Amino acid sequence: MTLVRHTAVIARKDLAIEIRGRHALGTLLPFAATLLVAFGFAFGPGREILARVAPGLLWMAVLFSAVIASRRAYQSETEDGALEGLLLAPIDKAAIFLGKATAVTAELLALVIAVLGLVIVLFEMPVGSPVPLVAAFVLGSVGLAVVGSLFGVVAESARTREAIFPMLVLPLVTPVLIAGVRATDLAAAGRTDDALAWLGLLAAFDIVFVSVGILVFGSLMED
Amino acid sequence: MAATAERALGRATSRSGERVLGVSAFIALGVSAVLSLVVAPPDAVQGEVQRLMYVHVPAAWLAYLSFFVVFVSSIAYLRTRRTRWDRLAEASAEIGVLFTALAIALGMLWGKPVWGTWWTWDPRLTTTAVLLLIYIGYLSIRRISDNPARRARWAAVVGIVGFIDVPIVHLSVVWWRSIHQGSTVFRLGGPDIEGTMLLALLVGVAAFTVTYAYLLTLRLRVGRLEERAIREALAPTVETPA
Repeated sequence: MTLVRHTAVIARKDLAIEIRGRHALGTLLPFAATLLVAFGFAFGPGREILARVAPGLLWMAVLFSAVIASRRAYQSETEDGALEGLLLAPIDKAAIFLGKATAVTAELLALVIAVLGLVIVLFEMPVGSPVPLVAAFVLGSVGLAVVGSLFGVVAESARTREAIFPMLVLPLVTPVLIAGVRATDLAAAGRTDDALAWLGLLAAFDIVFVSVGILVFGSLMED
Repeated sequence: MAATAERALGRATSRSGERVLGVSAFIALGVSAVLSLVVAPPDAVQGEVQRLMYVHVPAAWLAYLSFFVVFVSSIAYLRTRRTRWDRLAEASAEIGVLFTALAIALGMLWGKPVWGTWWTWDPRLTTTAVLLLIYIGYLSIRRISDNPARRARWAAVVGIVGFIDVPIVHLSVVWWRSIHQGSTVFRLGGPDIEGTMLLALLVGVAAFTVTYAYLLTLRLRVGRLEERAIREALAPTVETPA
């Protein structure tokens, strides 16, 4: 129970920083929008092609934003020795991991709402069955946020080698990308039953990585 | 159990152990070459190009074997905090990346005449490509930190997480699509393969495994020497207890 409480404290702290700093809104949203417009130039202007690749483009935008958001979650800790304070706090290290992952998930979901709107307008993506669509984004955002928050602490120390963090995260989240795009595609076409298997895969990924993350995160954060 | 494994590792990585492994690897690879190029008949359908299987399958086997070794030694490192487990993980990961790339390249050479394409997004191919990317990431993590203990811990976490991810990646790409040749050796009702072909394949796998062990001992010795060089450079006058 204390783990849940501590997780909530960390998540609330991170979200408060984000809300006051307007990072997610001020940087991530314009970034994702720019990316989507660039995708439009790359694959457009044929309407049919754009509608067909829309789920993939949507997830690419979320994926890149997740990389930036998770790096950002640890950037704020490097100032004024905040990380040392966090490490010395009498809480389980798993709470730090879960708290950060929760905050990043919340940011990603806020972003998804805006990005989804853009994709529906710009690429004319249909919304056949909204329930599996929402489920895919919730489960997928959790998966991306969990992997990102696990290795974000590594990214912070690799600032001179910026490419390493995405290079590490992107192959690991392959299942999220595939399952997310498939589920979105099927949900857009209104095939709820077919989307269920992919949602199950996303849920399995989340469970595995939350559990593994709780076990190993302490080893990443020893100093 | 960890202590027994460490002792066995110590014996295999002694200079004489290394020499024995080197000679056995050389002989085994020679036998495997003769078996797969001369003794085994050409494939009825695919012809001579099918002989690539005798190096492709062993290379793919080594890819998975070495990443399994990375996984196990990463866990052992996090539990015991002994540097030798970290060195073993590093050595195995480097060899694994080499053989994963080799397996993919050989598969492409085979795929062009047989499937008519260098690359297809087939599950096993795709999983292996993702595997290669994950462990290239693993090797680059090892270059970030100049603090050896931290580097070892981070690498161990990536070694564990990466390996756990592989079955999930595989499942997701299997659902995604599939045209790879089905398993021929491991399946119900016995292998569906001619006797000498099976022999050549098994000898190939054994020969590659011995070669892996030999390369591992070489890389471990380089790792030990690197460490000693750093230690001596840092403390030229102080005697360090072994």
